[in-house]
Amino acid sequence: MANKFEPNMLATARANSPADNSTWLTSKKYCYALSLVVLLLPLLSAYFAVTNNQGLWLWLPFIFIYAGITLLDKVFGDDESNPSEAMVEEIKNQAYYKIILFIAVPLLWLSVIVLAYVITHYEWSWFSFLGAALSAGIMAATGVNLGHELGHKVNDNAQQLAAQLALALSGYGHFVIEHNKGHHKDVATPEDPASSRMGESIYKFAQREIPGAFRRARALEAARLQRLGKSPWSVHNEIIQTALITLTAYVLLIAFFGPLMIPFLAIVAAYGYWALSSANYIEHYGLLRQKEASGRYERCKPQHSWNSNHKVSNLFLLHLQRHSDHHAHPTRAYQVLRDYNNVPKLHAGYPWMYILALFPNIWFSIMDPKIADWAQGDMHKVNMDPQAKDDRFRRYHRIAQ
Amino acid sequence: MPEPSYHQYCCITCGLIYDEALGFPDEGIPAGTRFADIPDDWTCPDCSASKSDFELVN
Repeated sequence: MANKFEPNMLATARANSPADNSTWLTSKKYCYALSLVVLLLPLLSAYFAVTNNQGLWLWLPFIFIYAGITLLDKVFGDDESNPSEAMVEEIKNQAYYKIILFIAVPLLWLSVIVLAYVITHYEWSWFSFLGAALSAGIMAATGVNLGHELGHKVNDNAQQLAAQLALALSGYGHFVIEHNKGHHKDVATPEDPASSRMGESIYKFAQREIPGAFRRARALEAARLQRLGKSPWSVHNEIIQTALITLTAYVLLIAFFGPLMIPFLAIVAAYGYWALSSANYIEHYGLLRQKEASGRYERCKPQHSWNSNHKVSNLFLLHLQRHSDHHAHPTRAYQVLRDYNNVPKLHAGYPWMYILALFPNIWFSIMDPKIADWAQGDMHKVNMDPQAKDDRFRRYHRIAQ
Repeated sequence: MPEPSYHQYCCITCGLIYDEALGFPDEGIPAGTRFADIPDDWTCPDCSASKSDFELVN
């Protein structure tokens, strides 16, 4: 029977001997808990800001994520370990790893509420206010990452609820629907608003991605509810459910802490959106699944995702950077995601790549040659921004017509 | 002979339906192929999720 079918085209993750793995993989278990400390940084920064009367402390979480984690990535380097099949079976369903996520979600909200309290109960400069709002934005961005991990566990109601609470912080309630049923289906194709194209700046991408993702989520949820015989304008709509959580929380924060919450929350939500756009921008930039004779796109393979295997950023981002394995096994829990050989690699962790993406000319100069290598000089095999096509073909196309 | 009773399975990530009655001819899976008879290393044609990520819908 099996011979009738195409073999599974997914590459195999790199195997390590158990001896290579055991010490780090065991300590990694506790490092995930340590990463929760990062979520407490806003409390620490608020404390130091108030006790020292120095508002610059409010920038601490924001700066730590970009500068601190990037430096720690440099110091600790790559994560060579992969869990063996036996270890995957042992730890994939351990409650410990889920509990970390359940603790993280309320910590995000607590940190934002404490920052909101501090900026409205003490006198600060506009610059300090901005630092606090961006630090709270980091919590919203972390909420999107947590919502991503939790939102993939579609058969676990507790994790689905936790995903909604995490995503509500930035008002990104349509994420789970859009990401699972939209992005995972269309990834690395021109049809996907959440896959960036070669020659497309992050600013241009975000203008396509943010509305495109919302439209796709709305259509997917309406279709699901129609199948169930329910109205899209009802509380059964998961987008509306999460929007109501966001609305309630934001109204309460404005009621308790005053109108200063309006710009504060606008920055928090905008930052959550921007962080997701940044992640989507770097995860599949330029990579393209080819169409088969049937007209379908080939399956998403490990080479259709950019990976980063740095230890520290992977701990904080729950292995989001082991992105090839994530697309190969979307429901696989973060603690058992593996690294692959011979897949597209980013030279740094996501935080530093997010910064580079802000400067399109720098980003293009680093990433475009990598795309050309990946496509072996055939620009027809690249997910290309139509407006950049002529320029990129002239510069990188190396296949005779 | 009674008609065999076919089932549908849904990819829990992207929502793709595998209908046993229709099979998946593009994939070399003829109509009438039981989901259980598809090799375990088969993956969702749309999102590449594992066969084990499909669940029975009816």
